[in-house]
Amino acid sequence: MKRIPRSLFALVLLLVPAIAWCAPALLRLATTTSTDNSGLLGDILPAFTKSTGIHVQVIAVGTGKALRLGANGDVDVVLVHAPPSEEKWMTAGNGVNRRYVMYNDFVIVGPPNDPAGIAGTKDAAVAFKKIAAHKSLFISRGDDSGTNKKEMILWKDAGIQPSGHWYRAAGQGMGKVLAMAGELDAYTLTDRGTWLAYQSKLLLKIVVQGDKRLFNPYHVMAVNPDKYPDARYMDAMQFIAWLTSVDGQRMIGAYRVKNQQLFVPTAVTHH
Amino acid sequence: MELVQACKQALVLLFSGNADLWTIIGISFAVSVKAIVIATPIALATAFVLAFFRFPGRGLALSTVNTLLSLPAVVVGLTLYLLLSRSGPLGDLRLLFTQKAMMIGQIVLCFPLLVAWSHAAIEAAERSAWETAITLGAPPWRAVLTLLHEVRFGLIAAVIAGFGRIISEVGSSMMVGGNILNYTRNIPTAIALETSKGSFAQGIALGFVLLFLAFALNLGLSFFQRRGTLGP
Repeated sequence: MKRIPRSLFALVLLLVPAIAWCAPALLRLATTTSTDNSGLLGDILPAFTKSTGIHVQVIAVGTGKALRLGANGDVDVVLVHAPPSEEKWMTAGNGVNRRYVMYNDFVIVGPPNDPAGIAGTKDAAVAFKKIAAHKSLFISRGDDSGTNKKEMILWKDAGIQPSGHWYRAAGQGMGKVLAMAGELDAYTLTDRGTWLAYQSKLLLKIVVQGDKRLFNPYHVMAVNPDKYPDARYMDAMQFIAWLTSVDGQRMIGAYRVKNQQLFVPTAVTHH
Repeated sequence: MELVQACKQALVLLFSGNADLWTIIGISFAVSVKAIVIATPIALATAFVLAFFRFPGRGLALSTVNTLLSLPAVVVGLTLYLLLSRSGPLGDLRLLFTQKAMMIGQIVLCFPLLVAWSHAAIEAAERSAWETAITLGAPPWRAVLTLLHEVRFGLIAAVIAGFGRIISEVGSSMMVGGNILNYTRNIPTAIALETSKGSFAQGIALGFVLLFLAFALNLGLSFFQRRGTLGP
């Protein structure tokens, strides 16, 4: 075999990183695992790219981390579901143009024999109270995600500071926590999308749903262009406009998993 | 600067005796020390057999050990998960998401390394030590001890390297331990979690502990390796 000339080798060594470095910039979206793992973004983003020519890079993390990425200027736009944290984030000057996009809902799932006897309870806080009273095993996300924050609000409503051997803070994503609850015969709080995706693999069932407190609003926010002038603000605004447009909202409402609607669009009011 | 500030907070956390942080460090050490204590005798025996006896399949066994050196932790985790899961063959033991499951994973991870390193140490030893002991009428078990004593520095180096591998391992511990607070959350899984939460100070504090440990282990390792080559 002929030896590769050294100069060519050096050229390749220089060019490859250069090409990788100069790859076309994308609109970076930090969002929660629930929008990405449920398949919603994969379903609607191609239509956005087609109509605007803007490619979106999705970074799916917990709400806490997503807001952090936005505050650090590591992303251009944020789509999350934890209103109190979002408001704090906005007040701190991290973002602009916050819009209400959609909501989905949480459900409480647990083992089929329902040791705490909460199946059919309409009030999520009452259900949590009973779980604590029976010391039934409960797996918490424990990762400061939107779901975790919602869970903490429900414990507060129930007047309980959860602790003890029955309460396990797992510090992992929703899918892992569901698998863990299935293995350990435990209760947990989950968003409906992830539940539908994992349901068939689990020995669990929905025990509580439909409480207004379990509704989960999603807002989109652009990273403040005054704080980070190099953020792709115009593209971010196009993304927000599209998500809250009639087209974007229709696609969100039409998205189905196992024949169930996951997200209810809220940005366009019909008349 | 975010990095500088997070590092400062990390040092404060470490030296103010933050209870959460030290619990995590304690769990990490408890699990990994137990794992290495259980794995070492079995690995030593295996290495001894591989070094001193010629039997069919020995070459294959050695290649297998060397291949398993690069066994990814996540693969160990996944296999163990499937075995220990309720629907798996060992599900009735109810070991999944316990410290015992983490220990099993770490034993599997450090075993090939322990065998390979101690095998190399024993091979390098003068066979004469063994033969002299035998001719002097020592029973075989005495002869084994004499030989192991001869190569003790190499063996200690193997244990240090094995410990270094499992104390910083995240893949298997996360999968079969479950990262449960105050129970199966160790240093590496806690770092993964804190980073995913965007709270970097605690992650960096734990990173410091691992770095310091790696430094100490390396000092020990080079010390024993030097002793090993020069002879006692």
